[in-house]
Amino acid sequence: MTDAVQQRIADIVNGNDVVLFMKGTPLFPQCGFSSRAIAILEHLGVAYESVDVLQDQGVRQGIKAFSDWPTIPQLYVKGEFVGGSDIMMEMYEAGELQQLMTDQGVAAAN
Amino acid sequence: MPMAADDIADMIRAAIPDAQVEITDLAGDGDHYAAKVVAESFRGMSRVAQQRAVYAALGGRMGGVLHALQLTTAVPN
Repeated sequence: MTDAVQQRIADIVNGNDVVLFMKGTPLFPQCGFSSRAIAILEHLGVAYESVDVLQDQGVRQGIKAFSDWPTIPQLYVKGEFVGGSDIMMEMYEAGELQQLMTDQGVAAAN
Repeated sequence: MPMAADDIADMIRAAIPDAQVEITDLAGDGDHYAAKVVAESFRGMSRVAQQRAVYAALGGRMGGVLHALQLTTAVPN
C-alpha cells in the first residue's frame, strides 16, 4: 500500500464529518453488513458521505491498514474511527451513536 | 474454504483464555457466523479494542476466509 493511498484516505476521513467506507452505494449496498450500516445512518438522519471500496482497490486494502480493522464497512465521525457495523448496531441500540452525533455537532440530513 | 465453528471458537479461546465463546451458524452454510465473546479481560476496553482483540485472535482470517462474522463482545455481568 502506498503513502499516496494513505494520504487520500486521511483526506477523506478528515474532510467529512461522517463518512462510511462501504461495499456498494447507499442505494445499492453490495453486502449485508454495509446495508445494515446505511440503514443505521438513515435512521439517525445525519448527513454522511460514503466511499464505495469496490470502485477502488487501493482504498479497499488501504482502509484496513489505516484503521487497523480487517472488515468493511467502517464508520468515521469527525476523523475518529467508530467501528464496523456490529459496533454501530450496538451503539445505536444503546442510544450511544445518536449521542455521539449530537456531541460531535454533526448536521442533520436535509 | 469456509471455517468450522469449532475452529473459530478454539482460536478465540486460545488467544483470550477467559473468553466464553458462542458461535451461531447463521445460514447453516458454514460461512455466515455470529460470534458472541464474553471475557472479563475485556473490562475497561472500548468496543473497538475488544473487537480488535478477537480479530487478532483469528490471525488475519477475518475479512479473508471468514468473510461474514457478526461479532458481539461484552464483559460478564
